[in-house]
Amino acid sequence: MEKNQNENKIQPQRGKGRYYFLTAMLLIYAGAYLFEPQKTLKSLEISGHLFVDLIPVLIFVWLIMALINYFLKPQKVKKLMGKESGWKGWLLAIILGIISHGSVYAWYPLLKDLKNHGMREGLIAGFIYSRAIKIPFIPLMIYYFGLKFFIVLTIYMIIGAILEGLLLEKI
Amino acid sequence: MTKNQSKPAATSFVATLQKAAVNIGQALPIIVGVLLLFGLYRNFIPNTFLRQIFTGNIFKDTFMGSVAGSILAGNAVNSYIIGGELLKDGVSLYAVTAFLVTWVTIGVVQFPAEVAFLGKSFAIKRNFLSFVLSFLVAIATVITLKILG
Repeated sequence: MEKNQNENKIQPQRGKGRYYFLTAMLLIYAGAYLFEPQKTLKSLEISGHLFVDLIPVLIFVWLIMALINYFLKPQKVKKLMGKESGWKGWLLAIILGIISHGSVYAWYPLLKDLKNHGMREGLIAGFIYSRAIKIPFIPLMIYYFGLKFFIVLTIYMIIGAILEGLLLEKI
Repeated sequence: MTKNQSKPAATSFVATLQKAAVNIGQALPIIVGVLLLFGLYRNFIPNTFLRQIFTGNIFKDTFMGSVAGSILAGNAVNSYIIGGELLKDGVSLYAVTAFLVTWVTIGVVQFPAEVAFLGKSFAIKRNFLSFVLSFLVAIATVITLKILG
């Protein structure tokens, strides 16, 4: 009950913060336009392209969020990725991190949702860390750096993901 | 207890879709802000910037690789291409590995978004640990590759 009251107090401030950041960016663009109009318009164009590229990812995230909210209830999340989840929780977080697509900020709303459902913070950190391994881009990584590099880096990344999660919960 | 059990059953999938859409909608101002920041980065920072900061010292280059990967961000595929090109230009594998790892695991640009959604304490701790670990992962990866031949 106390926690819910605190969350209710925090939420509106976070909402405002979101708009402050966007407003700050728009002001920076307005300032940049005065000195470098062509470059600023090009930056805006790049941002527009990035947003268009992001739309399919956001749709994917939206559907996953809806499916999770529909099927995965807080008790289930607590069991799968909560404090008592053990090695299965780590395995699940790392696999989800590896198979997740798109930019990480598109996943923040879902991670916040899972955190509110009882997901361990260490597993959230593990999820984000393991996102460095991208299945669709494996051929490209092998092309540039070789198969041996890919295998060794992947093993260390998984160890790093678990270490980071464990350390984050300790400090 | 009875109330909690009956509530999920009454929630339709359409309602969960609507709730998820609201959550995504609330995230949009930050996402748009981050994308605007990316646009500035990509256009205002020259391509030669990265090549100027790697000098050949293993520890300094690994550190600089971690710093560069932390500042820059975007799709992982871009880091592979930039990393691959840097390697061709003679930048050490230590630096390039640290760059690849921090590109995805640390986000200075998306830090405000991480704070807004997951909390300031979590974001600071996670990014700090990622930076330290990227250094260790890079050195361990290259040493292991040297041992393996």
